[in-house]
Amino acid sequence: MKRVLALLLVAIAAPTFAQTPPPKLEVTSTQFTLPNGLTVILHEDHRVPMVTTNMWYHVGSAREKPGRTGFAHLFEHLMFMGSGHVKPGEFDEWLEESGGDNNGSTETDRTNYWINVPSNAIQLALFLESDRMGYLLESMTPKTVDAQRDVVKNERRQSYENRPYGMAEPTLGELLYPPDYPYHWPVIGYMPDLTAASYDDVVEFYKSYYAPANASLVVAGDIDPARTRALVEKWFSDVQKGRAPEQMHVPEVPLAGVQRKTITDRVQLPRIYDAWLTPPHFKAGDAALDVVADILAGGKNSRLYKRLVYDMQIAQDVNAEQASAQLSSSFQIVVTARPGHTVAELQKVIDEEIGKLQATGPTDHELQRSVNQIEASFYNRLERVGGFGGVADQLNAYYTDTGHPDYFNEDLARYRVLTTADVRGAAQKYLPLDKRVELTVEPEKP
Amino acid sequence: MRYALSFVVVLAVTVAAQQGPDRSHPPAPGPTPTLHLPAIQKLKLSNNLPVWVVELHKVPVAQVNLVVRSGTANDPPGHFGVASLTAAMLEEGADSKTSLEIADAVDFLGADLAATSGFDASVVRLHVPIARLGNALSIMGDVVERPTFPNDELERLRQQRLTSILQGRDDPPTIASVAYARVLYGPMHRFGTPQFGTAAIIKAFTPDDLRSYYTSAYRPDNGVLLAVGDVTAASLIPQLERTFGPWKASSQAPPALKLPEAPQHAGRQIYLVDKPGAAQSQVRIGWIGVQRSTPDYFPIQVMNTILGGSFSSRLNMNLREVHGYTYGASSQFDMRADAGPFTAAAGVQTDKTADALKEFFNELKGILKPVPDDDLERAKSYVAFRYPGTFETTGDISRRLEDAIVYRLPDDYFSTYVQHIQAVTAADVERVAKKYIDPEKLAVVVAGDREKIEGPIRALNLAPIKVLTIDEVFGPKP
Repeated sequence: MKRVLALLLVAIAAPTFAQTPPPKLEVTSTQFTLPNGLTVILHEDHRVPMVTTNMWYHVGSAREKPGRTGFAHLFEHLMFMGSGHVKPGEFDEWLEESGGDNNGSTETDRTNYWINVPSNAIQLALFLESDRMGYLLESMTPKTVDAQRDVVKNERRQSYENRPYGMAEPTLGELLYPPDYPYHWPVIGYMPDLTAASYDDVVEFYKSYYAPANASLVVAGDIDPARTRALVEKWFSDVQKGRAPEQMHVPEVPLAGVQRKTITDRVQLPRIYDAWLTPPHFKAGDAALDVVADILAGGKNSRLYKRLVYDMQIAQDVNAEQASAQLSSSFQIVVTARPGHTVAELQKVIDEEIGKLQATGPTDHELQRSVNQIEASFYNRLERVGGFGGVADQLNAYYTDTGHPDYFNEDLARYRVLTTADVRGAAQKYLPLDKRVELTVEPEKP
Repeated sequence: MRYALSFVVVLAVTVAAQQGPDRSHPPAPGPTPTLHLPAIQKLKLSNNLPVWVVELHKVPVAQVNLVVRSGTANDPPGHFGVASLTAAMLEEGADSKTSLEIADAVDFLGADLAATSGFDASVVRLHVPIARLGNALSIMGDVVERPTFPNDELERLRQQRLTSILQGRDDPPTIASVAYARVLYGPMHRFGTPQFGTAAIIKAFTPDDLRSYYTSAYRPDNGVLLAVGDVTAASLIPQLERTFGPWKASSQAPPALKLPEAPQHAGRQIYLVDKPGAAQSQVRIGWIGVQRSTPDYFPIQVMNTILGGSFSSRLNMNLREVHGYTYGASSQFDMRADAGPFTAAAGVQTDKTADALKEFFNELKGILKPVPDDDLERAKSYVAFRYPGTFETTGDISRRLEDAIVYRLPDDYFSTYVQHIQAVTAADVERVAKKYIDPEKLAVVVAGDREKIEGPIRALNLAPIKVLTIDEVFGPKP
């Protein structure tokens, strides 16, 4: 390590520093498609001697059948249990021996898998990723399914059933969408469906959705692109083509009125969830609703935080989010009451503030503050290459949603062009007070 | 060592794509990549405030942290929580700016500014796009040097914290962790009470308490400024000088408080906290571990990686992969300036709580036996080879620097880390396991549905059971 000796430095005059706009986002990548249909995207970044592989299968809980909710996520767990040339346990053992980490996650529309390794172990990562794409079933047994079924049930217990307010999120989906809409049921699934999942389901799901043509792979980090391309071609050359599934076409099902529900939980304080159906990711209105969320609940000066938490002090916390997804998004406002206060008090203020935003829109300052924060978040998201939310994951997300892995500047431009009228218009159009879900969580009576 | 295994090192790709790859064994790794740790430039401002700068030019952002070597561990008796509340109050009014004005200015710059207290330090952290660094530093300077501690903001934060303490009763992992610290360290030792304090103490704080704490802790002779990101020392130092150079301590530094010696947990004991209806039981098992300055730091890292510090660790493989009792089991040594706890932990399904406790103890006993070479080499390789990748972001590097500052790590600490890990032997692992884990004396905290779990736990005959109420864990409801 190079170390500079301590040096006494006295500034004689304070310098001035100009506030220049941040430079353009630069994330270069190359893209090609293998004969078996796998899309591959390469991105070079030599800051640390690490390589990440990031595989997205374009399937999530939205593809599940009735009676088998939670299956896409259970399947994700099975992808770490070994494959044709990897015995159970070896996937993690071999990666740990090389200094690697790995994980995966499932959402409604996609399942992602990443492996971070020191750059000298790139072939190990490609070997493991290609082996489970091509040869998963060769090592799969009903026993494997049983083992991960128990783990997933415990994930559900830990992250939903035993977590304060944990059942609110699954309930919201049920209220927002009709029973046959693919976002009606939670990604984690229902317990009886997890119990019912069988080895035969695994075979069918793998054949339907885990073909190379239904996936995209990003390899990023400390790589030489030409050599890496050859390595990807080598390790994925024997993975059979398979079939990509048909695109999903699901008719829009708008909310007809207010859907009210109250559930109880073992909590001290009541909480209100207001939710609306909103435009899908990257569609008109989506970006403006991100800004609406900021103006309502991002920071101390946001309208709901300032009134409910700062001024009136009748709420403990306030959140708002445009939860963007492929088929349909939802906009959610979540507020927890302070002791002695009710959700009715909270709802009154929430509605007043939505009404004001719909009537007069945000100020220029509010809009600019939100866009500045969003712009900063784009830079912050470029700091890490691997893992969840790293550059590789973002390249894959943009590729999946728009067909272009390097969509950073286009995405940011969606926010930079917004006017106060756009934000006001989005609040008017997408947050009607008479067409939404109002879910209340009340403390269980002792 | 991993690379001493009989793999052939392949430097270039020679296999043609059409042939299909050889899947009969995992591909051998190439040569270990060269480690380029970033240079730490150590400088000083005119008031002798040390500044550490690491240049990282890929992304146009900067992280600037002011670290003061006073943390929650130094809270005086009767004032547990003063460091945490003081840190939180820094942004609630500074110089002529109000709480809302500070928040608006920070948000408008797209910056993140936050002050928090850990056990051994309090840190004001700024993360900002490089183009806005100048303006953001000026706000950070106000917050660090000229906080005003307005009474009405204190009242608001007080109510918010009391409500958080109330909400802690809802969350089984919080219940288990608070109870665990309490049974290990007791109410008098600082580590036995959450860092934000208790409801009774939070109710009593005055603005003067916080001002007086601030004066003693936030001072240039108790701090180090660190900056990581798209900066050069030459251009940054004048900016830092303008903001922090005029900062002076207003009095002599008070003598550092010494924590009382905490008596080690004496005999195996189960503490059961009732959480009716809980779908899982939150389990914490362990006792008082070691301080950060332990000479056994590296062997402990390796030993704990084998026991519960990685996915393939014994606890996780046993409780999750083999038995399916949990979503994940782990263990850790929480090392502070004084000895923090060693903890093995998991959330386990209610009807398997007793079975899970049995498996925990099987592994805690098992780690005392000599470890097979495979386990040892895998753990060492995992810790050593992933290390260079943990210096990637401004946040990663600044956290490493904070550790070096707070625990006064030697200058060659980062550059010799890997060789220290690689030098650990099976004998070292066995020695530290026996020295720092005694299954006969550990505390076992279980927060779960007593009606369902007490009988099976009792039938295990593992240890006597003491039932704790929620009020005994958190104090009376605020």
